[in-house]
Amino acid sequence: MPIISIRDLVVEYDERRVLDGLNLDIEPGETMVLLGGSGSGKSTLLRQMIGLERPTSGSVIVKGVDISRCSSAELKKIRHSIGVAFQSAALFNSLSVENNVALPLREHTKLAPSIIDLMVWMKLAVVGLADFGKLLPQELSGGMKKRGAVARALALDPEILVLDEPSAGLDPIVAAELDELILLLKEAFQMTVIVVTHEMPSAFRIADRIAMLYKGKFISVGTKDEIKASQNPRVRQFLDRIPDDMAKATAIADHFEKYLQTQETHQ
Amino acid sequence: MANILENVGRRTLNDLDYVGSLNIQLWATLRAMKTALPIVGNRYRWQATLRQMLEIGYDALPMVSLMAICTGFILALQGASELRRFGALHYVIDLVAVGFTRELGPLLTAIAVSGRSGSAFAAEIGTMKVTEELDSLRVMALEPIEFVLAPKFLAALISIPCLTIMSNFFGIVAGGLFMFFSTRLAPLLYFRYVLESIALRDVITGLIKSVAFATIIAHVGCLEGFRVHGGPDSVGRSTTGAVVKSTFLVIVADAVFTAIFYFTVRP
Repeated sequence: MPIISIRDLVVEYDERRVLDGLNLDIEPGETMVLLGGSGSGKSTLLRQMIGLERPTSGSVIVKGVDISRCSSAELKKIRHSIGVAFQSAALFNSLSVENNVALPLREHTKLAPSIIDLMVWMKLAVVGLADFGKLLPQELSGGMKKRGAVARALALDPEILVLDEPSAGLDPIVAAELDELILLLKEAFQMTVIVVTHEMPSAFRIADRIAMLYKGKFISVGTKDEIKASQNPRVRQFLDRIPDDMAKATAIADHFEKYLQTQETHQ
Repeated sequence: MANILENVGRRTLNDLDYVGSLNIQLWATLRAMKTALPIVGNRYRWQATLRQMLEIGYDALPMVSLMAICTGFILALQGASELRRFGALHYVIDLVAVGFTRELGPLLTAIAVSGRSGSAFAAEIGTMKVTEELDSLRVMALEPIEFVLAPKFLAALISIPCLTIMSNFFGIVAGGLFMFFSTRLAPLLYFRYVLESIALRDVITGLIKSVAFATIIAHVGCLEGFRVHGGPDSVGRSTTGAVVKSTFLVIVADAVFTAIFYFTVRP
């Protein structure tokens, strides 16, 4: 049984359709990469999957609960099994890294402080930040912040780990380190990992399956090799880094023509 | 013509929407308030409340007391220049004592706090929104209303009336200084006159007002923060909005309360 299944998901903002009838099943233990360019709707899809927004129609079913319709109490329960690391890391600026990781443990468990300290240390050690727990988020580098966010997402031992653009804004070496971290986590904890990204090398390194999003629709869903072999022109365009024809000569000529006509009518 | 009507309609709807949001937020916060209380609530919320109380109350004390001293002095001077003509200089005592406890103490404090803390609330929450911290609270199954707003509201409800009492005290002391230097009225005698001229009713109506002002400042500040969307420029705008709107609403509420007290509470 899939751990997350998305059924006919439609999201509209001001009558603009951002997600258009998406269907996707994510199996337990797999790493699913949601790939897509800017404006393809991948961040919107992510926000739907973690229950931050409700869809216009359709449903998102996580562990058998439809989070687009359930009560807020049920949603809270589901959220304990989802860990999210946001694009901007979103560590609380007023708390040290340690306290950031400890926060969900303090709030949602009745563990003794000494146990919480130990768990926090372990989570930080997993992401390689064991010596930096006392620092404040603004004292960390970009890559360290992201790893801190991953540690916080791991705090409650979630079944599903969601990472939003983990390698955005990082240099290739740090981005590669993060990819290795994701692989390690998956191996160590058998988690379902969902990664939203637009970085091809990273996607092909970590993914079991890739879902490619274009203008609110999946144009291709499959394993790495299937995507690589895909003949879909949009997929090829993404893989081969071909730009859109933004400035077609005819379009410019048309525009110029219209401009001249309006000038004439004014005179 | 239609355009003007359209504009008026849209503005009215926007204002109604704002007032509605404020009420919804107030209600949600009241329901979440229990967690911020000491002993029965959540320990971490109460700690946050104490921190906020220091920020709203203790840190504002020097500024509020200096403002109160200056205003008390101004009130005494202005009153004296008129009252002296009628040989009724001792009425300055009543003017300062009653004026401060009923009106100026609560109002001055509210304006000072809305400038200091209302803007700080908006900036803090707005920044949390921009940096996805509010989202990450939500995905950790922590409600921002409970986690961020309830401690601020409780802290404002406690510290603003306390500041008001200090403001009343310092305003009256300033009046006493004036009387001492202008008519050599002994300070102890001055305080006896003050106690004769004000009734407990005056102090209590002033404190009721200050509780209402605290509600306005905390909720307008936080709502402006929650309404931030987009980038950092929006945070700046919301901070300005918080001060302007809360000061405006404080004065409107003051007028309403004063009218109510005038017509209902007869000596």
